[in-house]
Amino acid sequence: MTVLFRRTRELEAQIDEYLDLIIQGGMLFRQGVKCFLEHRSDEFEVRLQELRNTEERGDMLRRGIESKLYLHTLIPESRGDVLGLLESADEVLNVITATLLRFSIENPELQDDLNPLFRDLADNAIDTVEATVSGCRAYFRNLAAVRDHISRAQAFRGEVNRIAETYMRAVFRRELRLSHKNQLRRFVTHTEQIAEDADDVCDRLAIAAIKRYV
Amino acid sequence: MIWFFLLSGLFLGWSLGANDAANIFGTAVGTRMIRFRVAATIASIGVVLGAVFGGAGVTQTLGALGAVNAIAGSFTVALTAGLTVAWMSRSGLPVSTSQAIVGAIVGWNWFTGSPTDHGTLITIVSAWVFAPVLAAGFAIVLYRMARWWLARSRLHLLSLDAYTRVGLVFVGATGAYALGANNIANVMGVFVPASPFRDVTLGGALRVSGTEQLFLLGALAIAIGIHTHSYRVMTTVGSQIFKLTPVLALIVVLAHTLVLVTFSSQGLQTLLHSLGLPAPPLVPVSSTQAIIGAILGVGLIKGGKGIQYGTLGRVALGWVMTPLVAAVLSFVLLFVGQNVFELQVVAR
Repeated sequence: MTVLFRRTRELEAQIDEYLDLIIQGGMLFRQGVKCFLEHRSDEFEVRLQELRNTEERGDMLRRGIESKLYLHTLIPESRGDVLGLLESADEVLNVITATLLRFSIENPELQDDLNPLFRDLADNAIDTVEATVSGCRAYFRNLAAVRDHISRAQAFRGEVNRIAETYMRAVFRRELRLSHKNQLRRFVTHTEQIAEDADDVCDRLAIAAIKRYV
Repeated sequence: MIWFFLLSGLFLGWSLGANDAANIFGTAVGTRMIRFRVAATIASIGVVLGAVFGGAGVTQTLGALGAVNAIAGSFTVALTAGLTVAWMSRSGLPVSTSQAIVGAIVGWNWFTGSPTDHGTLITIVSAWVFAPVLAAGFAIVLYRMARWWLARSRLHLLSLDAYTRVGLVFVGATGAYALGANNIANVMGVFVPASPFRDVTLGGALRVSGTEQLFLLGALAIAIGIHTHSYRVMTTVGSQIFKLTPVLALIVVLAHTLVLVTFSSQGLQTLLHSLGLPAPPLVPVSSTQAIIGAILGVGLIKGGKGIQYGTLGRVALGWVMTPLVAAVLSFVLLFVGQNVFELQVVAR
């Protein structure tokens, strides 16, 4: 019985650590975008490297959690939902990393006067992720609070969509090369995708929470 | 010859183990919260202990209903109950060993012209009606308590899983003890007057009565039934009337156990009498009825949407049919035994 409870505590700690890594990834993205917009390229590259390390650690941790859940046949009724949540949350971290990596590879020429709008976009996208992670934590410990976190995440996601549209309209009204406009649009879409993926996690979360209600 | 006659009781015990252990550990095994081997071992130990140390009270009530006083009569009565259980099970009707044995005893009374104690019969039948209702009541109260506690404790999903597993093991063990105490009378009760065992003293201190040895034999038959044939029943039980989660399974098994304890605990009866409160009768109630009552209670409090009313109708039909079929079959088999095989089914 002691083994059962020790194993449980270890796994709980690992799940918490995994969710912490997603939060950390979001913060690094936020800081990375800020550094890019302020043309502090060295600091940007440091943030990107930290984010890649975080993603790698997240992948390892997730695989470990998944194999332990299967190996010890834990939470048989909710295992599918939990694995689905962890995998879709991992997708969010992957998109965060991939988006920041694109900044490093393509080094897009962002429009300085639109930078506050882009920062707002990135902030709201990461706010969506943070609300989603809070929802995931609540799923494990405080089921009644899941709905509140999902509502917050959906509100942030709506804001992301609105800002993205505003940014793209502004870009396409300008006298720029079409290729440049398209590049900027892609960066907005990639950042928007972070919130979209977080929203997908919320959809899974809402169903999983209903199933868990006693 | 007496050992041959005991075989029908052992067959009945085997079928009880195969069917009724699923009521206790079915959902836990079906949802893979507990491995079958672990569940079967715990259930076997619980049933043996319950039968040997707690089976006396219920046996007295069955004896009052009809004292089957010839070993061939006991054989036929137990065989009738076993065949009824097997036949009804094959027909897909949930069946109660308690109802089958009571029906078979009434059939013996009917065939031999022995008087049926109507007071005892009414007590037993009332308990059959009351047991599922009581189980539903216990389940509703336990469900409300569990929801209240879970909302406040903020237990991690994994911790809840671990506590539920431990709870299922402990409640399952208690349920198995209660099943042994309450249902051993069904298996071996009719053989008590003709028991081949004599009282023995082990190590100069531990006295084991002949009845306890008889009950141990019956309990071993139940344990074999659990190990050899209950896996399939366990893996299909639980979802037939209402889909249960592991926490709901724990609530349902606990409610079922409380009902069996209520109707088989001499200690509880003594306590309630000493407090001047009405005590429940010590009668063999159906483990299946108790578990179905508890599942229904939980299903109703959750809005009743997932309840399979068709299955419930079949269950109710089984409850009415079982004692009637057993009584008629008992009469027929006793007639055949006495007139074809020239067995002495009653001592005059």
